[in-house]
Amino acid sequence: MKKHLLSIDDLSRDDIEALFETAAEMHDVQHRSVKKLPALRGRTVINLFFEDSTRTRSSFEIAGKWLSADVINISAKGSSASKGESLRDTVLTVTAMGIDGLVMRHGASGAAHQVAGWLDVPVVNAGDGMHEHPTQALLDAYTLRRRLGSLEGRHVAIVGDLTHSRVFRSNIKCLAMLGARVTVVAPPTLMPAGIDAWAKDAGFGTSWDLDEVLAEEPDAVMMLRVQRERMSGGYFPTAREYTVGYGLTRERLAMLKPDAPICHPGPMNRGLEIAPEAADAAASAVLDQVSAGVAIRMSVLYHLIAGPNEGVTP
Amino acid sequence: MTEKTLIKGARLLGGDAADLVLADGVITEVVAAGSTTEVSADRTVDADGLVALPGLVDLHTHLRQPGREDAETVLTGSRAAAVGGYTAVLAMANTNPVTDTAEAAEHVFDLGRAAGICDVQPVGAVTKGLQGEELAELGLMARSRAGVKVFSDDGRCVHDARVMRRALEYVKAFGGVVSQHAQDPQLAPYTSCCHEGELSGRLGLPGWPGVAEEVIVARDVMLARHTGSRVHVAHVSTAGSVEVVRWAKAQGIDVTAEVTPHHLLLTTDLLEGYDPTYKVNPPLRPAEDVEALRGALADGIIDAVATDHAPHARHDKEHAFVDAAFGMLGLEAALSVVCTVMVEGGLLDWAGVARVMSASPARIAGLEGHGRPLAVGEPANLTLVDPSATVTVDRDASVSLSRNNPWHGRELTGAVRATFLRGRATVLDSALALP
Repeated sequence: MKKHLLSIDDLSRDDIEALFETAAEMHDVQHRSVKKLPALRGRTVINLFFEDSTRTRSSFEIAGKWLSADVINISAKGSSASKGESLRDTVLTVTAMGIDGLVMRHGASGAAHQVAGWLDVPVVNAGDGMHEHPTQALLDAYTLRRRLGSLEGRHVAIVGDLTHSRVFRSNIKCLAMLGARVTVVAPPTLMPAGIDAWAKDAGFGTSWDLDEVLAEEPDAVMMLRVQRERMSGGYFPTAREYTVGYGLTRERLAMLKPDAPICHPGPMNRGLEIAPEAADAAASAVLDQVSAGVAIRMSVLYHLIAGPNEGVTP
Repeated sequence: MTEKTLIKGARLLGGDAADLVLADGVITEVVAAGSTTEVSADRTVDADGLVALPGLVDLHTHLRQPGREDAETVLTGSRAAAVGGYTAVLAMANTNPVTDTAEAAEHVFDLGRAAGICDVQPVGAVTKGLQGEELAELGLMARSRAGVKVFSDDGRCVHDARVMRRALEYVKAFGGVVSQHAQDPQLAPYTSCCHEGELSGRLGLPGWPGVAEEVIVARDVMLARHTGSRVHVAHVSTAGSVEVVRWAKAQGIDVTAEVTPHHLLLTTDLLEGYDPTYKVNPPLRPAEDVEALRGALADGIIDAVATDHAPHARHDKEHAFVDAAFGMLGLEAALSVVCTVMVEGGLLDWAGVARVMSASPARIAGLEGHGRPLAVGEPANLTLVDPSATVTVDRDASVSLSRNNPWHGRELTGAVRATFLRGRATVLDSALALP
């Protein structure tokens, strides 16, 4: 496995299988009354978040703590540029305290990639702008695998604001690597530039018509959060119109195979991109994703920081 | 009384070899190689195998003084210019304070004359503070000691059509020209930093679509036609803009255009690694645009090469890509890039290089004494180029104060060996010849 996890591109198929295998063992720990493993005892992990986050940050925090690492959260909201300090100085300062791993979220695409070039310690990308969120894609795929078994040949629809979504960008790579067939659905204004060439190259499908895609009875659907402020950007006229075109409504829920998992990375806009009936459906995987998130992040921290030859089995 | 220099055996514009004598700031003798009778020269330069060009003129340089003397000064930028073969540069107005008054323009002008390494001609802002709202004191800048003729809000687009119209009309009174940074800020907000296309989609970087440039170029040539004025398009970067300029010239509209060395060679795929060295405005474009720009420079649709030399302190580039400063160095490598792309590529001969890097920019900027033929009686502004030298660019060898050098590590063909400003050597043996 590579030193850093910045993008799904950093992983091979074997790496993903190894991460999933460890995650499955970690997942069992969550159901024990005593959840601590000694794997990262004496190690220090910093969660450096330049952007607000509740779920991802606490997920990484719990993951580190259950592995017995000392976890420190640093919130560095606002761009370092606006404070006059360069990003390089900020991360060098933090790592100079003597740490073993850096988990970083930043509002700018590529930030984790740049930071990894400046540091010696492993860097885990916890979301960089509109670029990638690799642990989210891993936990999504892990969740789908637990529901569906192999993803080979399975059809997954990803629906929503693709332009601004790092979840989509990581998922498209991860699902493809695991053999799934992906169709992405969005209005043209929320499709990234050049997506046709990209889709052709990477082998995924694109559509502006959610009903048409659902009529193919996909094996899973993944709804992406749509930020209401996109309306002021003119990406779509009203929330109502978005829901009618691209929401997982009650009516569309009825079109799905009953056991097709419904995923959402959260936080959900109930009533906008996902109806409450869909969010709470028996097939909804939303809470499974959250629980899988801790297991996947434990696995990632373990593999990157403890390393393969540390002799501590989870 | 300046020194007298004898240059032996230089190929004039790449043609026949000649001996030249420079004295009292002018060219006093041009004769066939080996036939000079000059014996009293203070210095003799063996130019065997070198090409003599009129001193280069850069329409688009950021010297950062006043305001960011840690990144570049008029003095250090002048040195970089001389090393690059330039004898005149136009210093953009986006300093701090902005060059939007006669006093500010004279300050930059005087700093340039004090440095004395190349002629520094200030560009005046079109609007006060580059805000795009009210016209700056264009006429006072034009009447000042600095004699400003080129006006630009570069870094920002004069996007309000009414303001642009008035600026074009107003500068007619004193033969000025507006150099437009063509970027519709609605279509490409100033956070846009990657050519909009498949790569921006994949990388998740804010896209800068070519159309945001093209709509402004199209609007401005129509405004130039309507006002009967003259417009210059700074750093043209797309095939679409080239088409608009081609059409406008065919209509007889008074439009000129420049292209940067980096848009002639570097492509958008360099952004793959999120290295802010390659962050520039307008952004690096795909190979199709690069091809179109080369062709347009060769056939004269694009009039000039201009560097957009944009030095930045290292810490201003060590931010996340979208937060890092726009711009890259250009003065020292420009001639080598043009030689590599255009001469080696068979698109321009050396006379063509003299046209696009000296004569045309001097004409556009109204700079007398620059971009002149290499003939007796003309100002002795010239540069000697080794057309077959291979250079590997080393950013630490730069005389600029900054290191945001996109050419670092690249092998280029063609090297500036010597530069003369009014007969005085500013560069000899590729090194600064002045303190």
